[in-house]
Amino acid sequence: MNELDYGTPAVESDHEVTLHIDGISVTVPAGTSVMRAAVKAGVMIPKLCATDSLQPFGSCRLCLVEIEGRRGYPSSCTTPAAAGMTVRTQTPKLAELRRNVMELYISDHPLDCLTCAASGDCELQSTAAQVGLREVRYGMAGANHFTAAKKDVSNPYFIHNPAKCIVCNRCVRACEEQQGTFALTISGRGFASRVTAGQGESFMDSDCVSCGACVNACPTAALIEKSAVRLGSTEKSVVTTCAYCGVGCGFKAEMKGTQVVRMTPWKDGKANEGHACVKGRFAWGYATHKDRITKPMIRAKTSDPWREVSWDEAFEYAASEFRRVQEKYGKNSVGALVSSRCTNEEDFLVQKLVRAAFGNNNVDTCARVCHAPTGYGLGQTLGTSAGTQTFKSVEKSDVILLIGSNPSEGHPVVGSRLKRRVREGAKLIVIDPRAIDMVTAPHARATYHLKLRPGTNVAMLSALAHVIVTEGLVNEQFVAERCETQAYADWREFAARPANSPEAMEGVTGVPAADVRAAARLYATGGNAAIFYGLGVTEHSQGSTAVIAIANLAMATGNVGREGVGVNPLRGQNNVQGSCDMGGFPDIYPGYRHVSDNATRELFEKAWSVNLQAEPGLRIPNMLEAALDGSFKGLYCQGEDPAQSDPNTQHVQAALAAMECVVVQDLFLNETAKFAHVFLPGASFLEKDGTFTNGERRISRVRKVMPPLAGKADWEVTLGLAAALGYPMHYDHPSQIMDEIARLTPTFAGVSYDKLEKMGSVQWPCNDKKPQGTPLMHVEGFVRGKGRFFNTQYVPTDEKVMPRFPLLLTTGRILSQYNVGAQTRRTENVQFYGEDVLEIHPHDAEERGIKQGDWVGIQSRAGDTVLRATVTERVQPGVVYTTFHFPESGANVITTDNSDWATNCPEYKVTAVQLVKVDQPSAWQKRNAREDEKQKKLLAGVAGK
Amino acid sequence: MNAILNTIFAKHRQQPGALLPILHDIQHELGYVPEEAVPLIARELNLSRAEVHGVITFYQHFRQTPPGKHLVRVCCAEACQANGSEALAAHAAKRLQGEDETLEPVYCLGLCSMGPAIQIDETELHARVTPQKFDALMHKLGEKA
Repeated sequence: MNELDYGTPAVESDHEVTLHIDGISVTVPAGTSVMRAAVKAGVMIPKLCATDSLQPFGSCRLCLVEIEGRRGYPSSCTTPAAAGMTVRTQTPKLAELRRNVMELYISDHPLDCLTCAASGDCELQSTAAQVGLREVRYGMAGANHFTAAKKDVSNPYFIHNPAKCIVCNRCVRACEEQQGTFALTISGRGFASRVTAGQGESFMDSDCVSCGACVNACPTAALIEKSAVRLGSTEKSVVTTCAYCGVGCGFKAEMKGTQVVRMTPWKDGKANEGHACVKGRFAWGYATHKDRITKPMIRAKTSDPWREVSWDEAFEYAASEFRRVQEKYGKNSVGALVSSRCTNEEDFLVQKLVRAAFGNNNVDTCARVCHAPTGYGLGQTLGTSAGTQTFKSVEKSDVILLIGSNPSEGHPVVGSRLKRRVREGAKLIVIDPRAIDMVTAPHARATYHLKLRPGTNVAMLSALAHVIVTEGLVNEQFVAERCETQAYADWREFAARPANSPEAMEGVTGVPAADVRAAARLYATGGNAAIFYGLGVTEHSQGSTAVIAIANLAMATGNVGREGVGVNPLRGQNNVQGSCDMGGFPDIYPGYRHVSDNATRELFEKAWSVNLQAEPGLRIPNMLEAALDGSFKGLYCQGEDPAQSDPNTQHVQAALAAMECVVVQDLFLNETAKFAHVFLPGASFLEKDGTFTNGERRISRVRKVMPPLAGKADWEVTLGLAAALGYPMHYDHPSQIMDEIARLTPTFAGVSYDKLEKMGSVQWPCNDKKPQGTPLMHVEGFVRGKGRFFNTQYVPTDEKVMPRFPLLLTTGRILSQYNVGAQTRRTENVQFYGEDVLEIHPHDAEERGIKQGDWVGIQSRAGDTVLRATVTERVQPGVVYTTFHFPESGANVITTDNSDWATNCPEYKVTAVQLVKVDQPSAWQKRNAREDEKQKKLLAGVAGK
Repeated sequence: MNAILNTIFAKHRQQPGALLPILHDIQHELGYVPEEAVPLIARELNLSRAEVHGVITFYQHFRQTPPGKHLVRVCCAEACQANGSEALAAHAAKRLQGEDETLEPVYCLGLCSMGPAIQIDETELHARVTPQKFDALMHKLGEKA
């Protein structure tokens, strides 16, 4: 189960050294520790405080060695290997020293190995055996820590038992080095030294973010998962990929039969390199939650009770309804949403079903409401609808520009990477309306926080461009070689206009011009500069413009095409990149080829033996509009919940209610399922094989560790529906679907399950030219040929403050909850965050007589809802903020149907609102609660519910 | 408290490694380092609360609670130990039990040839302190107050 632990991290060096360890000659990069070199030579030196995820510390004194020509017994973890060095790790003297040290450790450790949860997986136990400890001459009666401190069980997922702690400091270092939270310390000194959370409080009350790095690092049972305590040791581990955010962390599912005992981060996972966050590490219990629907269900009307039926009956009913609707309202009256949560293979099948079996192009994905502008903006400027780097590349960055992204909440493992790089000396520029955690993280404070008004990204980015152009900071050689000349000249003229200067934009963005100028200079001249951005960029009326403006900055300063630079969109969902790559759009086939392109269409027509439509289909908002117009009547919704996640909830609900056949495929009876006629039970990522593609274009395997609760994986469900529609598709395993994707998609041509097995993961494009994949994009030239600049004229959103709606609401997410919360709300993560709250500045709160914890009514032109207030200076005056994780909050009742001009991505990030203190839920919330109650009752007849 | 802290912070703003000087100043001004000061110190220095807490608890010198009326330190370093400071410390603990005085060990007062030594209120030093002498000193201290 345990991967080989080299004791200290790998070191990069331009030269190697050869040394001799116990007579074995071994060659390692200069700077490698003697301990790591020894492991490479197959020699395991005893250790307790060393582990290869952490820098060497040299405190446990077990890894002592003898080095010829040196005095004493240096610790091998802190001693760098040197050329010609002769090391002995096993001598009688060393054996005696190690036994004596171990004896002292054990004299203060409870001898309850047989009943200890870590038994068999305890480094103290195995190291005691390794050094041959046979007796503890001090006895066990002396001063000890067995009962001094109480067990801390406050965290829902792990316990801290100080009695079992050997104060090796690994947890404290993991919290600092890996996670960057610095929530732990060693308090006291000498014998009184104890691991302490915060200022001596419980883990839950401390700054701990429950990432589990400390638990992973702990060599004993001092920090251990509650699930491991409850379930005992594991039998096997299966490497898979997390199903939460777009970071795509590799995990080991540690199993007992088909039961998950724990999920531990995979050291060789290239996206996360052994780190994790509270969601992937701990919040997997939803997979077996009692709310899971495990039988197909149908009903004629949404006011009818659900009726459990066989899979075949469900498929037949859904198919006959879709066909009936198409006959009555036309071929284009039905469509589907592919899931950004499902696998590439499953997404591919759904779009195939739409194009081949429905016979239209009405397929869209939730990327529409998050990163569609990224696809458009980066496609137009650079030529690829994806990020340019690997996450690891940030280790070479000197400047990090973070805009519209809150990675320590939304993409925690990337957040930790960024913080680490800032601690190492890189400069950080944060552009965000809120003082997010990254602004003041311990030892990683941002150099500049440009606290702009919501909705003014383009003004800010144009102002940064202005400074770069007018102060002569453009990398002219790069631009001349790599970019289109005329477009650049036009842009240069545009950017230099006085109207785009920081001074002119100050009134718009609210950010002092001097800070903007300083930040622009830093970005342009500070060395390798990387941009990371998120939905705070895309989810605006000018989302695509902002993405283009970001690409402009990177091209103008030559920050594309090598390590440490680039444009890095942080994708929201585990496979939102994949759902886009797989053609989950009404206008493109897999691999971003337009449906009007004859050659591509013929390729698919031949492969699928059907005629395909050459005109793009409907986007999500168009489907909803068409539903209200009466021309769109049937929706196959795979693993997506537009009734909660899409803006202007009342509009979405009305559109769904107007449809005649809504088929929902999901784990739970979600908000959209309340409008459904057919429910097809989905399978969690633990129940199926497939692949996810993360935000760095990395394709990683998802592996089945338990049988699907409902008997079918999602790809099998789509096959069933397709067959019932009269378009049978034949695959025995998802690997065959990937083979088809590879055959039909040039950027995936070299991808296969065999290759993924060998390489662990691969970044597309992967084909004959790049058989090992493409970690870095645009190295020689841009994918589109020459990079293209576009002018980015700032156009204020229609959503502005006015006397009736004097505040701007912006939305975001929180670490412990994920998106619509369907999964995380069904885990202990609700202990960290149990309801959406409204953040409001003290000034605005005081003006309205609002106090901490008050119920506040929020009104926009779209609707109104009620949330509890949190008064905080994290937001600026005039701006309020909330999350959208709980359906009853109705955050999207307030958001409007404003959207990005190019892609229809909704403007979640800016809504003009007014607040009033209230004492009861809004009318919508009451209605929604009644409807929720009613729909739950309709499940009542169904077994077990 | 906040005003005092802000003055202290301002004084050390340009100083690298300002945590210890700041803690000394706070203890000097307030007699101890209050729990509520820790988050503010952490924010000022871009550290975590835990780190500041770790440093405060590492050093015997820093107090987390207000001191008593008087601060009595008994030297427990090697030379004084050799001259019976352990017994003196035990006696002192008994003598001061229930009284509003703070008793602390200290490691070397520089009176190694005249142990056991004690220090009162960081101002007075007394050498060759026997239990009787200790009681007399405490009696005098009580009268002074």
